[in-house]
Amino acid sequence: MPALRRPSLRAVAAGLRARLVLAFLLVAALSALTTAALTFREARTAILKRTQDTAIEALRSQVNSQVPDYAFPLSQQALQDLQHRLNAAGSAQRWTVYVRYRGSGLVPGGDHGRVLPRGVQEKVRAGIPAFQRLDSGGDPWLAIGLPVTYRGSNEASGLEVYAQMPLREDEANVQALVKAAQSGALPAVALAAVPALIAARGVLRPVRELRRASRKLAAGELDTRLKVTGRDELADLSRTFNDMAEALEENVAELRRMEANSRRFAADVSHELRTPLAAMTAVVDVLDDDADSLDPDTAYAVRLISEETGKLARMVEDLMEISRFDAGAAALHLDEVDVSETVRKTLQARGWQDKASADLPEGVRARLDPRRIDVVVANLVGNALKHGGEPVDVAVRVAGEGAGRRLLIEIADRGEGIDPEVLPHVFERFFKADSARARSEGSGLGLAITLENVRLHEGTVRAANRPGGGAVFTVDLPLRQGGGETA
Amino acid sequence: MSRVLLIEDDRAVRDAVTLTLRRRGHEVEGAATGGAGLAAMDTFRPDLVLLDLMLPDMSGFEVCRRIRATQQIPIIMLTARGDDIDVVLGLEAGADDYIVKPARGEVLEARIRAVLRRAAPGDGGPDPASLQPVEIHGDLTVDRKGLLVAKHGQDLPLAPSELKLLLYLSATPGRVFSRQQLLEHVWEHSYHGDARLVDACVMRLRTKVEDSTRSPKYIQTVRGFGYRFGPL
Repeated sequence: MPALRRPSLRAVAAGLRARLVLAFLLVAALSALTTAALTFREARTAILKRTQDTAIEALRSQVNSQVPDYAFPLSQQALQDLQHRLNAAGSAQRWTVYVRYRGSGLVPGGDHGRVLPRGVQEKVRAGIPAFQRLDSGGDPWLAIGLPVTYRGSNEASGLEVYAQMPLREDEANVQALVKAAQSGALPAVALAAVPALIAARGVLRPVRELRRASRKLAAGELDTRLKVTGRDELADLSRTFNDMAEALEENVAELRRMEANSRRFAADVSHELRTPLAAMTAVVDVLDDDADSLDPDTAYAVRLISEETGKLARMVEDLMEISRFDAGAAALHLDEVDVSETVRKTLQARGWQDKASADLPEGVRARLDPRRIDVVVANLVGNALKHGGEPVDVAVRVAGEGAGRRLLIEIADRGEGIDPEVLPHVFERFFKADSARARSEGSGLGLAITLENVRLHEGTVRAANRPGGGAVFTVDLPLRQGGGETA
Repeated sequence: MSRVLLIEDDRAVRDAVTLTLRRRGHEVEGAATGGAGLAAMDTFRPDLVLLDLMLPDMSGFEVCRRIRATQQIPIIMLTARGDDIDVVLGLEAGADDYIVKPARGEVLEARIRAVLRRAAPGDGGPDPASLQPVEIHGDLTVDRKGLLVAKHGQDLPLAPSELKLLLYLSATPGRVFSRQQLLEHVWEHSYHGDARLVDACVMRLRTKVEDSTRSPKYIQTVRGFGYRFGPL
């Protein structure tokens, strides 16, 4: 199953919509993250700075208020007293105060190197107030150092005051800030999906319409146009598509017009020929009847003209029939008939019973246009008699089962067969197997008309050579039954 | 033999058809327009009309309708337009048959004879009812000898093809005939003719004999096979 799912997943990921949404979300996440990080840094700095400033200010004011109570130089006792009082005053800040006088040890004593960085102590010793944030045992601490000067002058008194305090509360504030940033960014990214989807839709809708319009155009709906909205690249694309469709429609219309013109011309010519032919055809019998009483030359001329008139009439008929097919005006008048009976009638009507042997099973009923099938069978049998060799075998068969049943009509002759090079062209109009050969008796349209008639029945007709010699033409029609009304 | 009125505007065709039909013993009168043809109906009193469809003054359909309004004379359409719509319109206007131009003299002759041939009594095979002078089928009375069909005692104005079809079908009530069979026997078309001739004729016949053409009682359609008369 994974083998099946993978391509589909890939297809989804490769989709324009998925890609657009993904890109959009990525941008949203990145900007949210950057904003959060910057905000966090600024806020953290601001919080810590305020704490430091407050602490330094508090210590300074305490020192300013306490120190003047003591007389300099300070005794060890006074120093300890001062430390004690400053320490007590810092309960709000929870600081621990250390003092030092003139390079002596820190009060209260002990190892304070860790909490009071050396850098701070050195700066204070040089008379510069200093502070430093440090990490002690995983907890953040702040160390402050103040040098004390005599009032009114910059002369160092030798007293140094240090304080250290935990920054854990501030750190908690900062942590809360991080959390806020995190919980803010996630919904923001999630929310970004909404405009992402809308934007993707906005882009995809014209693309989809373009796809649908292209399909319609390909299916032949040449009047398909897109609605152009806006002035973006997609609108340009839609406009270009419309221009293309218009050009296509114009070209096709022009081609159709030309085709219709040439068809109408063929039909008109045939039709105009019909009227004089009608007059000629009507009187050829009269000429034939009188030919016997004329002198031989005139009789020959009369018979020739009579014969040729008949051929001309048939050819015009065939031309008109072909032009009807070309114009799509050939209608199918379906009727359920006995196929064998229909074929037998065709052979009888033309006096071919003796020349063609028929294998016609009883009871094969099919929905056909009997007139057109008559033309098909007559053309194929006539062709076989003319170009093949007698006797001609005509067979009706049913092949296949159920809904896919086919009706096969086979017409085989015993002649020399058809030249394999000629075989693919036998159904072409006016095709002559041998260009040097004299004009044949038919119009050259018989097999083309056969093909069109079979096609009208949604069937096929094939020509082939039999292994034992001779050609075989197979008409293959879908076998439909039921319903008797003219369609 | 018979008097044929030829309504045809093309002089060559008119002369040629007149010539070949005269040779075969018919008396032919030519008319170049529909109006002249209609006028000749009274003066010439033809047995049959050969009618071209494209005429200068009025269409052949119109001429056909006007003749049918008063007379049940056989009419054969002679058309250069073998296209389906013309054939169907012509048949609906009441023509008994149609011939597509160009046609040989022998084809014209055969069709004319077929249309003129009276429906011979009992030509549908051995028929016990043929002994009776008049058959009664429901509200219809069929007089095979006198070639009359009446409904509720009133004679029905049936065109020759309609009468022949009705006589043929009613000779064996209940028997189903395919359209090809009807074409062969009623129109005497020996090849696979146009089944629309049968359909158009049945349609016209129904409007004259049936009480309701929606649910025909006398001439019934058997889907997939053809038509039958009754059974009532």
